[in-house]
Amino acid sequence: MRKIWIIALRELRSFFDSLTAYILVVVFLGLSGFFTWLSGSDIFLIGQASLQPFFSVAYWTLFFFTPALTMRMLAEENKSGTIELLLTKAVSDWDVILGKFLACLMLIGVALLLTLPYYISVWAMGPIDHGAVWCGYLGLILMSMSFIGIGLFASSITSNQIVAFLLSLFIGVFFLIIFNVLASGLTGFLGQLLSYLSLSTHFDSISRGVVDSRDVIFFLSVTVLGLILAEASLSKRNIAE
Amino acid sequence: MNIIVENLTKQYGPQKAVDDISFKVNTGEILGFLGPNGAGKTTTMKIITCFMAPTSGDVKVNDVSIHSNQEEIKKRIGYLPENNPLYYDMPVLEYLSFVGQLQGIEKSKIQNKIVEMVHVCGLNDEKHKKIGELSKGYRQRVGLAQAMIHDPEILILDEPTTGLDPNQIIEIRKLIRHLGKEKTVILSTHILPEVEATCDRILIINKGKIVADGTSETLRKQAQGNEMLKIEIRDYQNKDQVISDLQRIETIQMVDPSSDPNGIFMLQSKPGASSRRDIFNLCMQKNWFLAEMTPIETKLEDIFRELTTE
Repeated sequence: MRKIWIIALRELRSFFDSLTAYILVVVFLGLSGFFTWLSGSDIFLIGQASLQPFFSVAYWTLFFFTPALTMRMLAEENKSGTIELLLTKAVSDWDVILGKFLACLMLIGVALLLTLPYYISVWAMGPIDHGAVWCGYLGLILMSMSFIGIGLFASSITSNQIVAFLLSLFIGVFFLIIFNVLASGLTGFLGQLLSYLSLSTHFDSISRGVVDSRDVIFFLSVTVLGLILAEASLSKRNIAE
Repeated sequence: MNIIVENLTKQYGPQKAVDDISFKVNTGEILGFLGPNGAGKTTTMKIITCFMAPTSGDVKVNDVSIHSNQEEIKKRIGYLPENNPLYYDMPVLEYLSFVGQLQGIEKSKIQNKIVEMVHVCGLNDEKHKKIGELSKGYRQRVGLAQAMIHDPEILILDEPTTGLDPNQIIEIRKLIRHLGKEKTVILSTHILPEVEATCDRILIINKGKIVADGTSETLRKQAQGNEMLKIEIRDYQNKDQVISDLQRIETIQMVDPSSDPNGIFMLQSKPGASSRRDIFNLCMQKNWFLAEMTPIETKLEDIFRELTTE
């Protein structure tokens, strides 16, 4: 556990040292702030004290934001060979994967924390459904976890960061759009399955303020699956061909 | 801390990088791992350091198998990988502290350890720089520092002196020699004088198999066989006379007649015999001036070349 934390702190520090953190946080706040407060269909148009516009923007920004964080995580280590250095220290493969996962999650946590003034401002303007807001945040965090899982897997199978970035976007698009579109054209078991696999369905229901265990389990399964695949691809160096 | 390698095999596709090798390294021994490129040195090291699992076979570090408790083994090993990969965006001190923490050094001791390593590896002037800003030699020192920071009982160094200038090479060799008194060291290199200068024992591997194992003296003796001498004689009348006189000495097997005119002769003694005293006596008798008598040693280079080419 301590090893995971040490690795996570190092990664987090390297985000801040390399400006990645600042740029991504600023872009995230800028985009979500613009669409929440300034664009045509913002909070003022809806006329309700609700953070719904923010959540639907953050949903999309995080979709692009997360792969940009995860892309270098393992791809760079594969490329420079530092993965060998790391894995020959007294740590397990899981320590490395979880440390990196935690670092990404912490940075996204920081970005989300910085949007709390939005919440407070809206709260000051009118009666707000606090439950819905916290559920929205929970939904964003769960969704980010899934994207980080996918992103780490994409990063683990290549030594090229661009490939890792595009691959995690590609996988993400399936969960975000394609499953949903396919599901609407299909009925029966397959339709139900695809609709269950669609990330947007689960996110919508959580951000409306309904925390259903099925939704939570969905996000956690995607996360865990991504991490397991990433770990498998890290340890495939051990497999005798 | 001994290392026992048993029937280790690693296969990449159809090719065997390491083919059923077994050896043992004892505590306080410095083992030089020699071999041409692609012989399997690095693969063996990667397996011992638990980076890679072998196809078959086992490595035991102090009776702990790499199949049972990898973390226990990793904690006791300091490893400098080939090409010395490092996080270039980290400052030296921060990096050393990161590695120290990962290797489980107590918080209170880490600072002292870092200071010690910076001193031992001569990093004092560069310690605040980012690793990426350092020259190759200094990066190599950082690589050594991170390998030794947790005071491991075993050091595994894959080509530790590449990229260093001659002064640094001598320093690093001295350091390895010094460390080797208490630690078990395996180092790979293809710089042959380096092995002779630093190692107690040499292991030559070729195409995944061990082809020689022993100290540099025993290897030399094995390869050499008969005594070879180069002598230079002056003040003689007739060259052919000298050759026939030399050939009459009982212990001499062969005199190379192709010697050049200024009196240099190449001699080979019979197996197990030395003809130096007889040659000296002959020269005394005939009143020749013996200007030079040099035993010709087989160089490590020759042994290496003989064993690793067909």
